[in-house]
Amino acid sequence: MDLLEPLQSGIERRALLEVALLGGFCGALGYWITTFRLSYPAESLAHGLLPGLVLAALAGVPLLLGGVAGVAVAALVVAVAGRDPRVGSDTATAVAVTGSLGLGGLLALSPDAPTRLEELLFGNPLGVSDGDLIAAAILALFGCAALVALHRPFGAVALDADGARALGIRPTAVRIALLGLLAAALAVAVQGLGSLLVLAILVAPAVAVHGHVSSPGRAMVASGATAVVAGVAGIYASHLLGTAAGASVALALCLAAVLGAALPVRQAGRNGGSPPLRSRASQ
Amino acid sequence: MSSAPAVVTEGLALSYGSPSPVLEDVELALPAGSSLCVLGPNGGGKTTLFRALTGELTPLRGSVRVDGRPAYLAQTERTRLDFPVSALDVALMGSLANGRWWLPARRSDRAAARGALARVGLEDRADVRFGELSGGQRQRVLLARALVQDARVLLLDEPLAGVDPASGERIEALFRELRDEGRTLLVSTHDVDSARAFDRVLCLNHTQVAFGNPSMALTRAALEQTYGDEIVVLDDDGSGGPVRAVTVQHHHH
Repeated sequence: MDLLEPLQSGIERRALLEVALLGGFCGALGYWITTFRLSYPAESLAHGLLPGLVLAALAGVPLLLGGVAGVAVAALVVAVAGRDPRVGSDTATAVAVTGSLGLGGLLALSPDAPTRLEELLFGNPLGVSDGDLIAAAILALFGCAALVALHRPFGAVALDADGARALGIRPTAVRIALLGLLAAALAVAVQGLGSLLVLAILVAPAVAVHGHVSSPGRAMVASGATAVVAGVAGIYASHLLGTAAGASVALALCLAAVLGAALPVRQAGRNGGSPPLRSRASQ
Repeated sequence: MSSAPAVVTEGLALSYGSPSPVLEDVELALPAGSSLCVLGPNGGGKTTLFRALTGELTPLRGSVRVDGRPAYLAQTERTRLDFPVSALDVALMGSLANGRWWLPARRSDRAAARGALARVGLEDRADVRFGELSGGQRQRVLLARALVQDARVLLLDEPLAGVDPASGERIEALFRELRDEGRTLLVSTHDVDSARAFDRVLCLNHTQVAFGNPSMALTRAALEQTYGDEIVVLDDDGSGGPVRAVTVQHHHH
């Protein structure tokens, strides 16, 4: 295959640019999402924002607005459900999120729904608009600037929240800042990757680099680079094999995670070694 | 030793959101450069008191005053071991106390962090992953972070628990140096015997059982009220003065 072939098509050029912009930021952010054990809340938000997307499509307003409103409502629903003491926060969240997905499906499958449900669920990087690309570029620019600025507080809280508090860093404020970045990333990235698959670009690259890096800074760069490479590979695979672009990108990202997890971790020594993600840690 | 108090609490009562306190009637005054040993059973209020001194817990009643922002060393098992940072990175976190958290560490901060690691005897371990150090070495790295923070008051939650003897000696020597510099140390421990080496002892069991110099606070009556059936008094000369005793831990996890 001619490697430059997808670049000759405007549609695929835009898809490649979209996954590169999203991958660079979401991959780096994903390192902190996994470090702070926020993968499940991230998945809940991603799925829970579907009704917002569908309503925006029905109303004919930009999907980005629907994504922003959807993620805000989903955050509220997850926060309220998570406080339910009767069945436990995980179960209550699962019910609330599945309910949101059902509501989104109900709205999208109504007779006058203009947008195809599958694009909102599984994404379509080949269908991104100029507006989507501008939103992705702004997200990448400001998001990466925020990650640089928050790098030291994130690290201090991740290691030892009580110690960080004594240094004048407020762990709750740090977590809210991280959730804010997550919400922004979801609202923008869901345009290209869909409500069901967007989590792949946030979590899979961080899993791929876990245990292979010697510092949080390097982990962020490696995770962002992995997301870009896997995302581009997914678009190429979709072009070559004629498969759905969003699903191909998600599968390429998850394949990277499987490869990264299968590779031996750095030997314990002066710089290396990292116990698995599930090892004990303070909350 | 200066007489200006570095830590003062008056009628302090603390709770975690509920109207009934988990710790009450704490009445302390510590001069700068002094050391306090905080004794008490698990759940007796030692860590709760420290949380009030760091400002994390707002008093239910009474008041707390601390000279500057205290450094806090959590029990080392509360730190995360799978986070890829070096000993130097952890020491460098102390410079976040300058308030400019959004800026990268300066060259002078790095020099201070290296100096602090040298002071705790770990200059040759600066590049080793924090999670790969021994428990005692990790405690010394956290102490180095507190040195970089340059706090006047240090709160140390069971700093010698699970620490190898070499690290323990090093840490205790450093405690003496810090007091000589006029810093105030508050150390919680289960080691009743070690309390005799401190300027003051505070016994907590949901309330303040005793506060004073070791000979006043380490009496059989005070220790039995503090620990209940967890205390075994080894040596009591009947004078009512300080006794030798050990605690028998009943861990609840």
